Amino acid sequence: MLEARNLKLWYGDFRALNGVSMSITPNAITAIIGPSGCGKSTLLRCFNRMNDLVEGSRTEGEVLFEGKNINDRRFDMTELRKRVGMVFQRPNPFPLTVFDNVAYGPRIHGLASGDALREIVKKALQSTLLWDELGEKLEAPALSLSAEQQQRLCISRLVAVAPDVLLMDEPCSALDPMATQNIEELMLELKKRFTIVIVTHNMQQAARVSDFTGFMLLGDLVEFGETQRVFTAPRQKKTEEYITGRYG
Amino acid sequence: MKRHFDEELSQVKERLLRMGANAEKMIHLSAKDLLARTESDRAELERLEKDVNAIEMEIDDRVVKLIALRQPMATDLRFLMMASRIAGELERIADQSINIIETTHWYLSGPPLKPIMDLPLMAEIVQEMLRDCLDAFVRQDVGAAKRVLESDDKVDTCKKRIFDEMIATMESDPQTVRRGVCIVLISRNLERIGDHATNIAEEVIYMVEARDVRHHHGEATGPGERKDGKEFGENPGD
Repeated sequence: MLEARNLKLWYGDFRALNGVSMSITPNAITAIIGPSGCGKSTLLRCFNRMNDLVEGSRTEGEVLFEGKNINDRRFDMTELRKRVGMVFQRPNPFPLTVFDNVAYGPRIHGLASGDALREIVKKALQSTLLWDELGEKLEAPALSLSAEQQQRLCISRLVAVAPDVLLMDEPCSALDPMATQNIEELMLELKKRFTIVIVTHNMQQAARVSDFTGFMLLGDLVEFGETQRVFTAPRQKKTEEYITGRYG
Repeated sequence: MKRHFDEELSQVKERLLRMGANAEKMIHLSAKDLLARTESDRAELERLEKDVNAIEMEIDDRVVKLIALRQPMATDLRFLMMASRIAGELERIADQSINIIETTHWYLSGPPLKPIMDLPLMAEIVQEMLRDCLDAFVRQDVGAAKRVLESDDKVDTCKKRIFDEMIATMESDPQTVRRGVCIVLISRNLERIGDHATNIAEEVIYMVEARDVRHHHGEATGPGERKDGKEFGENPGD
């Protein structure tokens, strides 16, 4: 599905990734954990080339998506962003109605209109468990929703264009514990249809929801493996120190 | 950086060692009664057993609390899980010691049988096994724990020889049946103590190396490991 091979990334003179290799398993949740500044969000953004938007960034190595290197200039970026979507730390709905937020992607990609579009919106909202809450309020402004609803709306917006991969960068850090639990439950549902990569500061969250975990430190992927194994029997001393709170 | 949590883990360890010391003392007293034909102070034994039972409950309580409140991971989680199990093994060792003492009391009401060479040997081996597995726990010494596993076969061999010998003795002289049954029961209790020491050794290995060696000594696999040695999700070419 997705694979990083000897991936290196610089922001100007600063090297943020030191040759990371990892393989993302389809229909599973892969968590990337590590202390602030370790490169985990940078790695996540490599999977849909969001780092291209950072001035002075430079990448070496490959990121293979279905066997093709997305760092190749010939790779269709519109197709990449459609198939590999991203959820951010803070919910970022457009200042539009609920309906127009979810319909935005299908419209610009020319996927559907009329009844077909309404059906896509309905299914997208159902998949994030928002339909029961908002099915009668599709014309409500998205910015009037709660933070959790806004985050689920942003996920619906991605789901509407039928991506393969959802990248989530600290998707619960702006949410309260109950909303966090709801988003985690949603992730477990969504992984049946999508491949999910999540970056999180919250180790318990990584342990609860992910199937695979990678631990990053100072731009290196120190350890990568099944979540159960990483959290019960890490192989690397640095991983052990970090997850038991002895790091630093 | 020393964590407050480390202090709480140390307290669990300290309680476990006290429990181990009590269990060792109880086996020693039960073996002494059997071999030297003495009767230990029952009040002292009851105090030790009561202490062992109380510490077992205290350890379980602390473990549940620490798991709930601290959400330990990796080595801390393995230590706490195994501490609870080891406490259970020690409590059963103490129970087996009491069984030996009670059966010995019955046995001593008659004249001694002819010397049974394997009985003192068996008592000595299981005492050594308990001492070694507790040492392995304190020093996190997997090598010492593995030696305990090897001793278990010797204990089983002793028990089988004692069984055979007692059956032959009882068949040849029905007057010895009551005492013969006592010796069979005691050898069974000693064997169970050996089994519990073996379990502790296996738990120490898991605690230190995260390898589960139960039921298949030497063919250990860690969590999430595949039979081909690779991990799920690992790149085929790695």
